[in-house]
Amino acid sequence: DVISSGINAEYGGSAAALETSDTVFTQYREVGVYLWRGFTLDSVMNQCFATHKDNTKGRQMPIHYSAKALNIQTVSSTLATQVPNAVGYAYSNKINNKNAVTATFFGEGAASEGDVHAAMNMASTLSCPTLFICRNNGYAISTSTSDQYYGDGIAVRAIGYGMRCVRIDGNDVFAVYNGVRAARALALEHSCPVLVELMTYRVGHHSTSDDSTAYRSIDEVNYWDREDSPVGRLAKHLIARDLWSTDLEDAYAKECRKEIMTAFGRAESERGPNPLWMFDDVYDSPSPHITEQREQLREHLERYGDNYPLDKYMPLD
Amino acid sequence: GINAEYGDFWQDCCASRVFNTPLTEQGIIGFGIGAAAAGSTAIAEIQFADYIFPGFDQLVNEAAKYRYRSGNEYDCGRLTVRAPWGAVGHGALYHSQSPEAYFAHTPGLKIVVPRGPIQAKGLLLSCILDNNPCIFFEPKILYRLAAEEVPLGTYTIPLSQAEIVRQGTDVTMIGWGTVVHVLLEVASMAEEQLGVSCEVIDLQTIAPYDAQTIEASVKKTGKAMVVHEAPLTQGFGAEIAARLQEKCFLHLEAPVQRVAGWDTPFPYIYEPFYLPDKWRCLDTVKKLVDFM
Repeated sequence: DVISSGINAEYGGSAAALETSDTVFTQYREVGVYLWRGFTLDSVMNQCFATHKDNTKGRQMPIHYSAKALNIQTVSSTLATQVPNAVGYAYSNKINNKNAVTATFFGEGAASEGDVHAAMNMASTLSCPTLFICRNNGYAISTSTSDQYYGDGIAVRAIGYGMRCVRIDGNDVFAVYNGVRAARALALEHSCPVLVELMTYRVGHHSTSDDSTAYRSIDEVNYWDREDSPVGRLAKHLIARDLWSTDLEDAYAKECRKEIMTAFGRAESERGPNPLWMFDDVYDSPSPHITEQREQLREHLERYGDNYPLDKYMPLD
Repeated sequence: GINAEYGDFWQDCCASRVFNTPLTEQGIIGFGIGAAAAGSTAIAEIQFADYIFPGFDQLVNEAAKYRYRSGNEYDCGRLTVRAPWGAVGHGALYHSQSPEAYFAHTPGLKIVVPRGPIQAKGLLLSCILDNNPCIFFEPKILYRLAAEEVPLGTYTIPLSQAEIVRQGTDVTMIGWGTVVHVLLEVASMAEEQLGVSCEVIDLQTIAPYDAQTIEASVKKTGKAMVVHEAPLTQGFGAEIAARLQEKCFLHLEAPVQRVAGWDTPFPYIYEPFYLPDKWRCLDTVKKLVDFM
């Protein structure tokens, strides 16, 4: 499971700077964007537990959300593949005179993928109103930026494509908001792509399968967590203006934790979808060979069902 | 286009709708997927099927799975990818490939190959109208060779339906694209020289394919051969042969035969010896008929 700690300003700031009419193509660390637009904790948990209530029908590993109602495209594990998709989407919007940009998120590691180069070159030559939002958080799992690139980060690559760019302190939520807002306005006014690089630090491990103590020091992590964390800086800012307090913070953190654990508990007790849903949605309508296989599985389960965890799934229809 | 597919149409019509792009297959296909997802009909051209591979990840991991992974919230069904395909006489390794087998192995894609101009128009329109991502492989040797009276109006040929191009009773021959014309010639030779009546089937859609038509034919004839330019091992003929022996076993009078390109990269000066030509096909008819 992929964690977002230490990178929160990027979501709050950038999500708030976008309009809901702006389609978003995420990588995998942008649950904050989903939540900002109204994705419920139940939706999160149902996808993570792959229950029968998941709007994506239990098809993917945890955190691979999809939210058409919120204009956010489906997460896929393959890195950077969403970036050229976002450019094509933006192009379609442009020729159909839609007053919206298409925003796509990716990390500084994913920025090394060929798809990003291809996408930026096409966005520039074809004038696609696209926001390329790169989260530079210092690490791609265990690969630090010193092994990821030798140039001056990601933003400067835009110049090679004839594209505008901006580099922002990714831990300053107001800077992120203002920067993305300005980039959006530019993209719409000139029907052009803009590259936004958000400099931040990944405090958490890459995912629940990672132990980052293997490749970085506790001191390094502690510095960013304590001295330059987006939530910490925002809190200090609000407290200094009597808009917040440590008491309010503690109470809110407690309330959030309770809400999350309750939603967690609800989803945990739900069953998986009808196993035969595995065969749906490969094509827009059932193909004979898939229907044939569906019936083969049904027939197999009629005879061998006791050997399968059918009680953990909704009934076969 | 590289074979003047678009003529002057694109200059007169809408430059925003028919346009050149930078040279990047992964970008072109990724872009096409995004445009299709946004609701535009997107037709992405790859100059040669041999160059489709930079876009393999986009096709397999994004296009094919777009609908499934979203629980049917999203799709890129308005995408069609077109690419010139197959032997052209002098194309060698990188201008002759028939890569249908790689893509037929990916649930979620449709793969279509026409045998001539009339089928090309009807099948391409079906791909464009179909609400699933389609790859349309065009036998490039036919661009200059084939001339037919193509109806001017709109018509479609259904996907996932094979066509029995020549009726017969003794041997079922299954192919697609250029090879269908070879099989038609072999069927005439077999009739004249051997008194054997061959049924020639153009599969047309490779995935999902029309198993019903080919099974019915093989149950009738008891003898089957699949012919394709692509290399033998793991070619799409392997799928058809497996299916036929599974579904028609008790009707078979001989093992299902495959005649295909040899298991080498597509060679240059050796092309006359490489392709599954009429002599290898005729010999296979004899093998089938003489088996029992």
